[in-house]
Amino acid sequence: MDEEKIEISKDLTIPQLFYRQCKRYGSGKVAMREKEFGIWRPFTWQDYFDNVKYLSLGMVSLGLKKGDKVAMIGDNRPEGVWAEMAAMCAGAIPVWLFQDCMMEEVKYIVDHSDSRFFVGETQEEVDKALAIMPRCPKLEYIIWDDPKGMRRYNQEFLMSIKKTQELGRKLDQKEPGLFEKLINEGHGEDICLLFYTSGTTALPKGALLTHYNMLSMGQNLMAVDPCYDTDDFVSYLPFAWIGEQMMSISCGLQIGYTLNFPEEPETAQHNIREIGPHVMFAAPRLYEGLTRQVQVKYLDSTWIKRKAYEVATKIGYYVADLKFEKKPIPWYWKVLNYFANIILQKKLKDHLGMSRLRHAYTGGAAMGPDHFRFFHALGVNLKQIYGQTEIAGISVVHMDGDIKFDTVGTPIPETEVKITEDGEIISKSPSVFQGYYKMEEETKKTLKDGWLYSGDTGFIDEDGHLVVFDRSKDVMVLNDGRPFAPQYLESRLKFSPYVQDAWVIGDKLPHVTAVMCIDYSVVGKWADEHKINYTSYPELSQHPEVYNLIQKQIEEANKGLPGPARIYKFVNLFKAFDADDDELTRTSKLRRGFMAQRYKDIVDVLYKDQGNVHLDMTITYEDGRIQPIKTDLRIQEIAM
Amino acid sequence: MNTTGEVQEGEVLLKLEDIFMAFGKVQALNGVSLEVKKGEIHSIIGPNGAGKTVMMNCINGLYHPQKGNIYFKGQRINGFLPHKRAELGIGRTFQKLELYGGMTVLDNIKMGSHIHLKSGILSGSFYVGKTRAEEIEERQFIEEEIIDLLEIEGIRDQVAHMLPYGLQKRVELGRALALRPDVILLDEPMAGLNLEEVEDMARFILDINEEERWKVTCVLVEHDMGVVMDISHRVLVLDFGNMIIDGPPEEVSKNPKVIKAYLGEEDLYISRK
Repeated sequence: MDEEKIEISKDLTIPQLFYRQCKRYGSGKVAMREKEFGIWRPFTWQDYFDNVKYLSLGMVSLGLKKGDKVAMIGDNRPEGVWAEMAAMCAGAIPVWLFQDCMMEEVKYIVDHSDSRFFVGETQEEVDKALAIMPRCPKLEYIIWDDPKGMRRYNQEFLMSIKKTQELGRKLDQKEPGLFEKLINEGHGEDICLLFYTSGTTALPKGALLTHYNMLSMGQNLMAVDPCYDTDDFVSYLPFAWIGEQMMSISCGLQIGYTLNFPEEPETAQHNIREIGPHVMFAAPRLYEGLTRQVQVKYLDSTWIKRKAYEVATKIGYYVADLKFEKKPIPWYWKVLNYFANIILQKKLKDHLGMSRLRHAYTGGAAMGPDHFRFFHALGVNLKQIYGQTEIAGISVVHMDGDIKFDTVGTPIPETEVKITEDGEIISKSPSVFQGYYKMEEETKKTLKDGWLYSGDTGFIDEDGHLVVFDRSKDVMVLNDGRPFAPQYLESRLKFSPYVQDAWVIGDKLPHVTAVMCIDYSVVGKWADEHKINYTSYPELSQHPEVYNLIQKQIEEANKGLPGPARIYKFVNLFKAFDADDDELTRTSKLRRGFMAQRYKDIVDVLYKDQGNVHLDMTITYEDGRIQPIKTDLRIQEIAM
Repeated sequence: MNTTGEVQEGEVLLKLEDIFMAFGKVQALNGVSLEVKKGEIHSIIGPNGAGKTVMMNCINGLYHPQKGNIYFKGQRINGFLPHKRAELGIGRTFQKLELYGGMTVLDNIKMGSHIHLKSGILSGSFYVGKTRAEEIEERQFIEEEIIDLLEIEGIRDQVAHMLPYGLQKRVELGRALALRPDVILLDEPMAGLNLEEVEDMARFILDINEEERWKVTCVLVEHDMGVVMDISHRVLVLDFGNMIIDGPPEEVSKNPKVIKAYLGEEDLYISRK
């Protein structure tokens, strides 16, 4: 491959870059793969180009114009990237939605963004679009790509991607060169994406990002951690999350690595193992899940394997800690670590799909030091990333060999990070967004003199690393007046495989308490082994033995904390937190304000001398149905 | 597969004529007749012990009725053994699962299409020649059509008995489809499933019935009245071996005798709607 350096400038757009990459690699290189019908199917850059070209022209012939918004929803698949690129090539602006968005969220975003086109994957998404159409007068066309179940839909405004591409072919015959003309009309400072942030507090806000924002961010990240066009990346996190856009578009397109799409979301973990990606970026929840998976397998395995694991991880932890402290590693530890690698780490990494991994990033929420150390002990180069949608994804990252697990690292090139007098983190870079769509007030609050006000508090430590304390509004004050980040304790709790989620309460209150969600499958298995009968999550969660089990996990997390910061009382919730109930954002962050209202009864009782709390509330199912639930929960106190 | 003449859409594909079946003194079927037209979903409903499963067993040859005739594609199949009827194109699923528990999902489904394999032991032992070609073709059929249709990509390599009940039901349907049947007998496919699984299963049944690729005629025994009334073209109601009515769902649901036989189940019907 001829190494022609691509200059990222304010003149370059993503479609122009796409055009150049397609011409450069042609049909000699695989641009993406999708596992379909049990087999990995490749698409070359030429296939990619043709699909995008005709889809783009097809939408143009349906009336798509520069600046129009195109709402998109669906799982990660080549068609998703094609549709996004096709819209951009026509000068339109893609708006991604989370595939598990409830109807009202879809309606709000489609309507607020003034979308004229809607690209959905299957019948399910088409049904959502049809249901909101009467309330979204600006929506004109719905395009879908999976024909399953679509046999009875024959409305004129409904069209398959294939059919749209046929229209595109016709237009191309009529007006050859139109596609190239459309691409050349773009400018790097045009808006390329409208990104609705999940928001832990209010309605979603639409962040406007330009081509230059996206590309400069990718360039600056890869200046720190280079990627190569021979790399593989597995795209399986929602496209509606900036992190995925950052990896697939900002970095992926720029460097030309291969995007791999899993067969189904359920097979993602397995497919990752088959591919063995070189880079990955995921929210902490995923790494927490992997950790839990390993811990559960460990509990399940034979004595000899458990011993091998214990010895090998001990060595791994010791070596990782030396690296964290930037101390030299004595040769005998190196030898031991070599053996630990052979007996355990190598195999474990293979199972997790991390054998070839050069850089793994986590971001979007805080990740506990325990999880962080766990991966480093395995020899996985896991790094923290800090950033927002409003800065095209990231602004701060750990540099290789300079990793401190309580920080998020140092700014990437061309990026300045400062702390205001109030302790708020502000940043400035070429990737800072252009404002919120149709929300001037919000924009003014967030964007001042080119500085992005994050709403997060933190400080810069003696090594120049940024420490993110927490969302300003989430920082608690303990009864002794000290500030405290509940996320820290929550992530410690989540290191236990039995705990799926935790919500720590205690702001300006006499002591710290917690609402715990057990991990149904792990605790369920534990209950089976201990001959405890149960029929459902609510019943299992309320079992006294399970309370004792959870208490042990809390005591473990409490260790080493000052008295006032320790959890003093807890309750097991009858369900796990869920985004459908608005308890989490779509990127799995706790919405504390909302939770405090929703579970007011629980919070009240946690601070009274009462043993039980009666709840009478509703829960929402994934398909939007709402059901009332009445239950009693027990409060348990932990002896200090 | 199709040994007799091709049956056209709307023509009678499966016909039961005046079937009598008794176990000792218990009269399980008392002169029941049924005509299933090609392309239909024909449901059989009735209270417990009405004889629904007995009827299924008569169609697929597990039971042989004492009186009456069974025709499939115009051919009288009374004396045929179950595997012969399967060859003719009658597939079925069971009320109580009958999967090969120790085998993977993929192997279970492959078993369904075993009947169509023509290659011999010799080439089979070495995976050469015809076996290879057949296997590749089967793989394509099972992977691209069945597994994709039933959305079980994530469990294809898992052992069947380790799966949750709802998924096992799906696998059973997959195995029946692998036979490439003309008519499929579904014995309580929704029993024991939660609401979401019921919705999925109903969707799959509609898919195999309507989708151009499948166009499978379905005989459905089911207790879930909401589903039956929603997806069936015709409904036959049995009560203690006697036929009460056979007609389109709108007619059946208004019939006073049916309402009486189902008294008390009305709530269920409403709740599932």
